[in-house]
Amino acid sequence: MDMILIPAVNMAPILPEILLSVLAMILLLINVFSPGGQKSSLAYISFLGIIAAGVLVAIGWGVHIESFSGSVVLDNFATFFKMTFLVAAGLAVLISDSYMEREGCNQGELYPLILFTVVGMMLMASGTDLMTIFLGLEVMSVSLYVLAGFNRANKKSNEAGLKYFLLGAFSTGFLLYGMALIYGATGTTRLYKIAAIVGQMTVPSSNIMLVAGMLLMMTGFAFKIAAAPFHMWTPDVYEGAPTPMTAFMSAGPKAAGFAALLRLFLVALPTLQVEWSQVLWVLAVLTMTVGNITALRQDNIKRILAYSSIAHAGYALVGFAAGNGTGTAGILFYMLSYAFMNIGAFAIIILVSKKGETNGNVSDFAGLGFKHPLLALAMTLFLFSLAGVPPAAGFIGKFYLFSGAIQKGYIWLAVIGVLNSAASVYYYLRIMVYMYFKESTEEFEWVKVTAPVALALVIAAAGTLIPGIVPSVILEYAQMAVKLM
Amino acid sequence: MENLNSYLIVSAVLFSIGTIGVLTRKNAIVIFMCIELMLNAVNLTFVAFSRHLGNLDGQIFVFFIMTVAAAEAAVGLALFIAFYNNKESIDVDDANMMKW
Repeated sequence: MDMILIPAVNMAPILPEILLSVLAMILLLINVFSPGGQKSSLAYISFLGIIAAGVLVAIGWGVHIESFSGSVVLDNFATFFKMTFLVAAGLAVLISDSYMEREGCNQGELYPLILFTVVGMMLMASGTDLMTIFLGLEVMSVSLYVLAGFNRANKKSNEAGLKYFLLGAFSTGFLLYGMALIYGATGTTRLYKIAAIVGQMTVPSSNIMLVAGMLLMMTGFAFKIAAAPFHMWTPDVYEGAPTPMTAFMSAGPKAAGFAALLRLFLVALPTLQVEWSQVLWVLAVLTMTVGNITALRQDNIKRILAYSSIAHAGYALVGFAAGNGTGTAGILFYMLSYAFMNIGAFAIIILVSKKGETNGNVSDFAGLGFKHPLLALAMTLFLFSLAGVPPAAGFIGKFYLFSGAIQKGYIWLAVIGVLNSAASVYYYLRIMVYMYFKESTEEFEWVKVTAPVALALVIAAAGTLIPGIVPSVILEYAQMAVKLM
Repeated sequence: MENLNSYLIVSAVLFSIGTIGVLTRKNAIVIFMCIELMLNAVNLTFVAFSRHLGNLDGQIFVFFIMTVAAAEAAVGLALFIAFYNNKESIDVDDANMMKW
């Protein structure tokens, strides 16, 4: 009779996850016993919890611990991404309360769901086993389906939830089939063991099962990061979901998808780099071009930012296709700064829109620059950063992504990226033209900047501007994070 | 295990039936059933590989997939009900408020 050995489990690598899950469950209980309507306290508690988790994550910088028999790892790569997720979640929590109050869907479940999403994303970033990555992905996705359809009385939100759920579950099927084939080809689900076994194969690219598994997994993740041609759900879901959740969805889960994909490809399948970087090359070009060209003819500002978020996934894929230190560090830097600038832009959209999400067209921003100069100035900063104009963080991010591609010899990829970036300036500038050069027809008397939203805007503006002027504050950490993976 | 190939073929066929169903059906619940079929095809693949390779990782994976599928079903059906309450229909063609 064999003895079953229970391996020693080190809980340290998942302390932030434990903290957030416990907090989320406590919040669910508090929500049940607190009177209806007043849910602001839940927002404050979860914001404090996110800060506490941020401290725990920051303490783990520089530490390398493997735990749970090598299925979870705490390293700089995971730490950097966990910080990105916490930034996205913290900003989303700050801008949620006043919006949910206005739209009349202020159910307290919102905050626990955001926290569970963060837990899932963190597991994706630190998972070193196909099972951990899959479970993290699902914890994230299942919470996000609910968040997308959170405004139950709103038909658009219903539709967003339905579409996101069906397409998300569909893509999970592909992802899992890919994982099954990789397991069949290598006999293990641990990323390091997969790498070792694939490394021993004489010609890994001739192993059809392995290559098919890789491509299917890529398909599954391409859905999650909204890469063309798997992006069709993105504009609808982003438009229909409650705006703070759109902001969160475009920043956090996209970063988590990149985290898992990067670890999967760079740790488990580096021997197939020639193959996967070719596929990513095509994906990057398609994603950038489709996102930018379709964004040109949109009028709804949430849809513009949805297509722009597709385009941004394309820029990040440029760095991924390069697969070298500069490109991958660029992805980490870009995902963090994208969280700041995109959530900042969405915060202003929330302020300008009215109850029922009306007033969300570009023309509704006419004259904002005269009535609310500070808000317009902040919006200008975020839009410049999204367009990649110096001295904002978006410029530095794109610079590193494209120079990664050039170092690798993908000159054309970088050229297409720069051209796309130039085209994107049109639709960002269009918003600015409306803000500053069009006569205002409205008084914008409904725009009320509450303290949490103001704090979110200040954090987002600082996070967009400071790394743009002094890139090293983030870039050095990003480079350290990809070095030891 | 010389039968591995037959299991893989059956599961690939099941997976394809599920995929085609998702792409052609209109009723959201039927689409969801097709997705479940895809997941179960994956489960069959995992179990076949697990038996063939003689290690249990694949079967443990299957437990996780089944658990997650149950959680997904709970959330999905709740979303369907919310959609039905507003639209009186569960047909995906009626999810047409947002286009392009």
